[in-house]
Amino acid sequence: MSKYTEDDLKVELENKEYEYGFYTNIESETFPVGLNEDIVRAISQKKEEPQWMTDWRIEAFRAWKEMIEPEWANVHYDKPDFQAISYYSAPKKVDPNKTLDDVDPELLAMYAKLGISVDEQKMMNNVAMDIVVDSVSVATTFKKTLSEKGIIFCPISEAIKEHPELVKKYLGTVVPQKDNFYAALNSAVFSDGSFCYIPKGVRCPMELSTYFRINQAGTGQFERTLVIADEGSYVSYLEGCTAPSRDENQLHAAVVELIAMDDAEIKYSTVQNWYPGNKEGKGGVFNFVTKRGLCEKNAKISWTQVETGSAVTWKYPSCVLKGDNSVGEFYSIAVTNNFQQADTGTKMIHLGKNTKSTIISKGISAGKSNNSYRGLVQISARADNARNFSQCDSLLMGNNCGAHTFPYIESKNPSAKIEHEATTSKIGEDQVFYCNQRGIPTEKAIALIVNGFSKDVLNKLPMEFAVEAQKLLEISLEGSVG
Amino acid sequence: MLEIKNLHARVEDKDILKGINLSVKAGEVHAIMGPNGSGKSTLSAVIAGNEHYEMTEGEIELDGEDITELAPEERAHKGVFLSFQYPVEIPGVSVTNFMKTAINESRKAQGLEEMPANEMLKSIREKSELLEIDRKFLSRSLNEGFSGGEKKRNEIFQMAMLEPKLAILDETDSGLDIDALRIVANGVNKLKSENNAIIVITHYQRLLDYIVPDFVHVLYKGKIVKSGGKELAYELEEKGYDWIKNEN
Repeated sequence: MSKYTEDDLKVELENKEYEYGFYTNIESETFPVGLNEDIVRAISQKKEEPQWMTDWRIEAFRAWKEMIEPEWANVHYDKPDFQAISYYSAPKKVDPNKTLDDVDPELLAMYAKLGISVDEQKMMNNVAMDIVVDSVSVATTFKKTLSEKGIIFCPISEAIKEHPELVKKYLGTVVPQKDNFYAALNSAVFSDGSFCYIPKGVRCPMELSTYFRINQAGTGQFERTLVIADEGSYVSYLEGCTAPSRDENQLHAAVVELIAMDDAEIKYSTVQNWYPGNKEGKGGVFNFVTKRGLCEKNAKISWTQVETGSAVTWKYPSCVLKGDNSVGEFYSIAVTNNFQQADTGTKMIHLGKNTKSTIISKGISAGKSNNSYRGLVQISARADNARNFSQCDSLLMGNNCGAHTFPYIESKNPSAKIEHEATTSKIGEDQVFYCNQRGIPTEKAIALIVNGFSKDVLNKLPMEFAVEAQKLLEISLEGSVG
Repeated sequence: MLEIKNLHARVEDKDILKGINLSVKAGEVHAIMGPNGSGKSTLSAVIAGNEHYEMTEGEIELDGEDITELAPEERAHKGVFLSFQYPVEIPGVSVTNFMKTAINESRKAQGLEEMPANEMLKSIREKSELLEIDRKFLSRSLNEGFSGGEKKRNEIFQMAMLEPKLAILDETDSGLDIDALRIVANGVNKLKSENNAIIVITHYQRLLDYIVPDFVHVLYKGKIVKSGGKELAYELEEKGYDWIKNEN
């Protein structure tokens, strides 16, 4: 990332296609399409899971069968046919005892295309990575350095086998199997994802990172992430997503659960760049994600997200502020262009006393897209002196896009202090002309204005991610003005 | 340096400029005066290439090159600078970041490398001293919450940083108190050289006490109706614009 220059950006801006839209020809093993109890069992069997895990999945599947897809979000799409999806696809050459050297060279070539050379990651950035392609985790780096501190960072499939006591205790405690339609589906069929445990009092010495990629056609990706920060620990976690360009829609329904015990802190950052569909709105990923964190006493969880991809996004990273004095934060930039639709925001559930939450949401709409912020701030009767500050800013480009804000506030405690601010603005021709007059071409001017608009959130991202995020913002909005 | 011949321009079907002729040579300062609505700001916008205005006839040449087909940023790269009457706000973008981007875009257009950071810092330090700008000011968002005086001073600071060949100052004196006016004018005078030219657009003679013009032109109803030396500005001040209106 450090070598990235404006010239590189220029080349990228000239390349109008979705830059991650390649398909890698890796031999894959894919299940037949359709979903029933046998498929759920087969997934569990394939992963050599213990009986309790199989039962847990079956329970989720039975609940899911009775549930209906939510329709309250401000998005419109043809519902996926859940019987036309294959629920398991794995690159064939995965060996559970692999080291990085054993990883399929085609896969490694794919990472290079994604700009994440694993070797480079190892040497240059202090980032430990777990890479999930289609449904299976294919490479986890830095394991040894981490294990010296007692930190567990591995594919969740591995954690189920090797740390069953932790998984059994915490899986589904923040996002229960029956939480919602997509979470139930995920609970039944998830095939992999990342697991992370930080022991008491340990400050994780590096950023932990997961890279998700959908490769195979006609598959869904259902990853499951579980992060547990034990008392007084700290971890910063990064998540990146891409997918190849395809005509049909691909389904992505992930669940992320965070548990921050007393005095612990989790920082969770996402740069989501799933394929958004083409200029006519064809194809693209349906991104239906449930992310939630639980804060015990004096704990803190920060969600930071940069959402530039997906045809449809349905996502509300939330915090349950259970412990007294706990803190929840949500910083979001959501960009929609062409025919993209995003309904995203957060829920801050204040249960403990003196709990605090901050919400900063920046929505940028261009083309014919629709961008909605949906947020809930809930103060329970016991949550004395709870405080919330919310700020929702929307930036519009052109005359065919929409920005919507749906803030819900429920307070059952008279001592609560809740503030909500919202603005909507448009990139003005006069702003662009001003930049032009100073020698700044229009594309660059838009990037500058958008970056300025998003600054409060970009500043919250870890350094190496911030650069990537800025670059993504520029690419996502190219051709949106003029 | 700048040759304008028979320039006609309109905005939304309304003819504003109706045949402007103006010749500006290197080292010269020209003042353009005129009552409200005479087309002063339109003239500056058209020279800078604002596409909101449609040029219907005429020629604009910079150093012998026709620039009428060039985009505003290309004109800027060739050394055209406009100090805006109403500078726009760009939230979240600091003055320094904005200038860095502007300078490097111009350099890129000229096939030059980006300006090294130390050189940039040195230039910023010098130019901010020239305009008596507090350095804290430079990390603030561009024009956001700036007072009228700060905005104008910031425009001239940008001019100092970009070192244009042709600077057009559009009503730079409006909204300035006497102290700020002196600082701004002083800055402009220091930037003046044999190799550049300045067009000062103003309603009042006041600014011309500080930035002394070689030529004064009076614009009325889209045409230059009178040209002369600096004494023309005093005459105007004395007789008022009615003098012009009655003659035309």
